[in-house]
Amino acid sequence: MSINQNTSSPRDAQWREELRKATPVKERTSIPRVKMPELPADYRVTCNEEVNQGLSAEAAVLEARRCMDCPDPQCVTGCPVNINIPGFIKNIERGEFGKAAVVLKETSALPAVCGRVCPQEKQCESRCLYHKMKKDPVAIGYLERFAADYERINGAASADVEPLKFNGIKVAVVGSGPAGLSFAGDMIKRGYEVTVFEALHEIGGVLKYGIPEFRLPNDVVDVEINALAALGVKFVKDCVVGKTISYDDLHEMGFRGVFVASGAGLPRFMGIPGENFVGVMSSNEYLTRINLMGAGRDGYDTPVLKGRNIAVIGGGNTAMDSVRTARRMGAERAMIVYRRSEAEMPARAEEVKHAKEEGVEFMTLHNPVEYLADEKGRVKTMRVQRMQLGEADASGRRSPVPVEGDVVDISVDLVVVSVGVSPNPLIPNSIKALEVSRRGTIVVDDATLKSSVDDIYAGGDIVRGGATVILAMGDGRHAAASMHEQLMPAD
Amino acid sequence: MNKILEKEYFSEKVVKLVVEAPSIATSRKPGHFVIVRACERGERIPLTIADADTARGTITLVIQNVGVSTEKICALEPGECLADVVGPLGQATHIAKVGTVVCCGGGVGVAPLLPIIKAMKEAGNKVVTVLAARTKDLIILEDQVRPYSDEVIIMTDDGSYGTKGLVTAGVESVIAREKVDQVVTIGPAIMMKFVAQLTAKYEVPTMCSLNTIMVDGTGMCGACRITVDGKMRFVCIDGPEFDAHKVDFDEMMMRLRSYN
Repeated sequence: MSINQNTSSPRDAQWREELRKATPVKERTSIPRVKMPELPADYRVTCNEEVNQGLSAEAAVLEARRCMDCPDPQCVTGCPVNINIPGFIKNIERGEFGKAAVVLKETSALPAVCGRVCPQEKQCESRCLYHKMKKDPVAIGYLERFAADYERINGAASADVEPLKFNGIKVAVVGSGPAGLSFAGDMIKRGYEVTVFEALHEIGGVLKYGIPEFRLPNDVVDVEINALAALGVKFVKDCVVGKTISYDDLHEMGFRGVFVASGAGLPRFMGIPGENFVGVMSSNEYLTRINLMGAGRDGYDTPVLKGRNIAVIGGGNTAMDSVRTARRMGAERAMIVYRRSEAEMPARAEEVKHAKEEGVEFMTLHNPVEYLADEKGRVKTMRVQRMQLGEADASGRRSPVPVEGDVVDISVDLVVVSVGVSPNPLIPNSIKALEVSRRGTIVVDDATLKSSVDDIYAGGDIVRGGATVILAMGDGRHAAASMHEQLMPAD
Repeated sequence: MNKILEKEYFSEKVVKLVVEAPSIATSRKPGHFVIVRACERGERIPLTIADADTARGTITLVIQNVGVSTEKICALEPGECLADVVGPLGQATHIAKVGTVVCCGGGVGVAPLLPIIKAMKEAGNKVVTVLAARTKDLIILEDQVRPYSDEVIIMTDDGSYGTKGLVTAGVESVIAREKVDQVVTIGPAIMMKFVAQLTAKYEVPTMCSLNTIMVDGTGMCGACRITVDGKMRFVCIDGPEFDAHKVDFDEMMMRLRSYN
């Protein structure tokens, strides 16, 4: 995809040429990378407030000036949805923050979300030319967030949206997480009548039940959802497609296309002795109780077990979210237990840094082998096996092997298991003709995201198994384009 | 929001609600459950569907007031609304003609048993229903199960109604006198455990319906996990019905006390 197509801010625009000339490259590269203002660690563990405070306008403009507006910007190739990155950054540099947001919205349905939760260091920022100069890359993620927040607060990008002309074709979306929301946004803008069916009582999927507010405030998500609703997207809560209504019901209701974005539901456990003791739970349960159900906050009925010594098993972002949540819930000792070393950890570097600042202990190269409980069945001890790194495995990471005989017992009263998820079988089971992989994911054509059933497309974690918000969003956009092609071939 | 149309007290602590839920009324089958939230900020709790009326678009729930959330639900009056009702969830009961079926229910477990009794009878089985409770006032739905039961045996702990004794005595009396092809048991975990022990002795296939702690009810949280035949199972998507002879009831009861 060429970034100069369909963008409001192409590189050859006169203003961009002038901007490039206005500041010499040497001056640009002499500016140090901006630091994200953060709440102090000792304060933030006492509350749920967002840790990253966002850049000021001055800081954003200065950071934007660092970007050299390369003729062949590699950052764009590192972005799963190919955002016109220099296009939005240069708008920030010239002070047109609203126009920067317009550029983001051209390819990303939820920029304020992506600016917060994308692993930029592994994507866009990893390709930045600054790396070749042994310098820190342009803070693309921070700038994305800045522009998206500016728009969110000032309504700049949505102000000039023309009223939509509906084409009378109804399409259904199963699941209101990032994939479903981005699909809904693209389809309503193409004139379709879009209805999103959500099983839970809240719209937003993993953005609400999974990612904590200290990393992604619910208000940020709600603004995006409200914007879609204002465009005409219908949201139906408490509706489990495959249970409350069937695929056949959707046809009877007049839907001509269905996008399945039901997510990766089922938590995995390790299958070790004692894993069903009271006080051992999945990260899905722990985070859902707290984030979605309000456990631990005044006035909410849902309880959650609290612990003084809590171990979170795993090294991904969900593990970091869980362990940092545990600190906020009052845990005195909060540990990450991970079987490989820190270098292999899949979590974002920023999450690991924040967790450490907040007093989380990292017990790497350790793997739980058994849990022991008190007489009431409440977990009290975690038996862990020390590991060392062996040969590289299929994932390219050095695989952990046990150090024979090196086993230690650690006191715990809460264990959160965060070792991944499996696809939710609910939808695949309810539609017989749907082809499903051995892992339980829906099989789709890579080029179109169409499933084995002619009017069903699928994307996000129900196809990928367990990936990121941005990849799910990319799937939503991709499926919307393919379904549009099928339903409106003449267009 | 789901409006409550009717409310009836079965006893001081047990309430029947008829709730507006047209899609669920149409799609539910015996054995299915719903997740209910009494109010905004309320807890999500699972409740098995006792009955449904597709013409009126309603489902019937029977709730025992045992905690914060059930108390809030029991306090609602006709005209008021539950914040959320989602379902039908879980796997439907496998109904087949097998011969003689003993359906035994304890406490509010009789409510989810009612649609199974109906379906078992309609499938051509001889149905013997055993209703058990501590005392006469806690025997519920007797009039509703009678039309679908060839015989109804009432058991009370204190002997205030029917025969004095536990549910297992009632079930055993049937097994002792005739060939029983299947037992269905729904009630408190401890009751189902003892029914399962009894029928294992007589090698009568036995199905139980479990009510565990859940959050989402769609497989996401894993709070409802139990051990069946040595394997981890989720009550919400693999159940709620299981082979009672293979369920680890002791572990399940331990997990039920997580928040006590």
